[in-house]
Amino acid sequence: MAVTDVAPGMRADERMRRAGLLRRLLNRPELGAAGGVVIVWVIFAVIAGDRGFLGTSGTASYLEVASELGILAVPVSLLMIAGEFDLSIGSIVGASGMAIALLDVQYHWPLWAAILAAVAFSLLIGFLNGLVVVKTRLPSFIVTLASLFIFRGVTIAVTRRITGRTELGGIDISSVRVLFAGHVDAYSASILWWLGIAVLATWVLLRTRVGNWIFGSGGAAEAARNIGVPVNRVKIGLFMTTAFAGCLLAIIDLVKFASADVLRGTQLEFQAIIAVVIGGTLLTGGYGSAVGAVFGALIFGMVQQGIVITGVDADWFQVFLGGMLILAVLVNSYIRRKAAEARR
Amino acid sequence: MTAPATNGDLPLLEVDGISKYFGTVIALQDISMGVRAGEVMCVLGDNGAGKSTLIKILSGVHQPDEGHYLIEGEKVRFASPRDALARGIATVYQDLAMIPLLSIWRNFFLGSEPTKGWGPLKRFDVGFAQQTSRDELWKMGIDVRDTAQPVGTLSGGERQSVAIARAVYFGAKVLILDEPTSALGVKQAGVVLRYIVQARARGLGVIFITHNPHHAYPVGDRFTLLNRGRSYGTFAKVELSREELVQMMAGGRELEELSHELDEFAQADADGASGAEAEALQRAAQELGDEAKGS
Repeated sequence: MAVTDVAPGMRADERMRRAGLLRRLLNRPELGAAGGVVIVWVIFAVIAGDRGFLGTSGTASYLEVASELGILAVPVSLLMIAGEFDLSIGSIVGASGMAIALLDVQYHWPLWAAILAAVAFSLLIGFLNGLVVVKTRLPSFIVTLASLFIFRGVTIAVTRRITGRTELGGIDISSVRVLFAGHVDAYSASILWWLGIAVLATWVLLRTRVGNWIFGSGGAAEAARNIGVPVNRVKIGLFMTTAFAGCLLAIIDLVKFASADVLRGTQLEFQAIIAVVIGGTLLTGGYGSAVGAVFGALIFGMVQQGIVITGVDADWFQVFLGGMLILAVLVNSYIRRKAAEARR
Repeated sequence: MTAPATNGDLPLLEVDGISKYFGTVIALQDISMGVRAGEVMCVLGDNGAGKSTLIKILSGVHQPDEGHYLIEGEKVRFASPRDALARGIATVYQDLAMIPLLSIWRNFFLGSEPTKGWGPLKRFDVGFAQQTSRDELWKMGIDVRDTAQPVGTLSGGERQSVAIARAVYFGAKVLILDEPTSALGVKQAGVVLRYIVQARARGLGVIFITHNPHHAYPVGDRFTLLNRGRSYGTFAKVELSREELVQMMAGGRELEELSHELDEFAQADADGASGAEAEALQRAAQELGDEAKGS
């Protein structure tokens, strides 16, 4: 569109400064996490730089950890911006992986067919999660907490009934190895998946109609619905996206280890939420960023591997994680309070 | 803008004898009202008068159990707010007009985002949205410094006004405003009232729902009064003085009763010492009495 006249809103620029600063803070939910990434990297570079943290293998190892969490955290960030939680993804990782292994090993399906079946299965679970949440209007925290236990339980029970074991190996993964667990130098394929998902999610969130609907659904669902945003469809779609992400991670893990385990993915749901919150997304929805979730996962990966490389007792990792979470939530709520205060 | 093809007297929106029941509760009974182009119709009523039910019927959230809903003389039945919106009936809700943490331009186009590109590359036309929202707000006389600022940083009056500007931009023919001034201070309420007049001047039919006759009277052309789910009738401005409106609206009798009660309290208190307090009560009773008499 050609700009034929000077934009009228430009006139009042003597008042730009104050609003500008506040806006910049509010429009950059990932700012805090970006600072966190730098700080954490510097700390480990100083104390563990000579022990390999800065080298290719050190970098590749924390990027791999970060990428596997990030593949979950990025879709979870979109869901949380839309105002919902998905606690079931950890179970979906276990269930999808085991479904592929059972179909392949026990029923002799081709691996690609088993993978497609698991994808369809995970999308169905996501759809059901979303449907129950929007139809019952129960908090998604409760609904997906229930499915967390249900799907973990079903996975363990069915696997033991069929195979008598909880772990299944001997899968011929050669046909899909490059795609899901290949390496460039020391860097795993999961890093590419992670970055691809992050770029796609950021584009959807900031540059498409659906992205605007996601913000609207989480910011004030009733208001959004009143002006025609299909809030229920948005939420169900996002539950399907997080479930799909769980399935993708299950495939990557399955190919990496050439095996499936019923307990795989345990607690990943919480780690993903922590990464998202560290990334600046509000627990209450309506505000956040996918890039923030990338930084959150990166901090997570650097700390986990950094502690190992440094030689500190790895038990301290969880203490650090809890501390980071509290700090991030405090910063978030401070920003939000500032937004509310600015009302005259 | 094309001139309206319809007869100028034909209401843009009209309800005829509508009733709404929720189980055994009669929420609305036999309500008739309408609004023409370039007119402000005020719907007044106290809490529980049925204002919210009426809004929900007009905006397509509820369907009436009896009676007819007509748009430009044609009977309609809306299944959802989206249907009403498609016919040019836009509703601005009291607290639910805007999403505080979202920027002005994102709010402005929420639910009706302009797109460019094709197929999987179809995307939100962000440049157009930013430029247009700023221009449209300027036309309403709202001076936004930066459309990227969150709506939560605007004042209450400005937020309502952004919602009004949005409805006007998206081709609303009828604007339904649900208590747009009730949560606002005097000055901010004045800002919103000015935009109501401006919307009328642009040829919209405005249905202004409020419990405050002092806000309704200066901008209204006609007034429909609701009380406990029924209508007292519709009055043109020439038939009604502000005082009569205030009195009908507040239920003059109830105010008089209240003033008597306060008088008695004051009397009882005067017998039991506390001079200043009794005086204040007496003054309150006096004022209420005046208001009830319509001074």
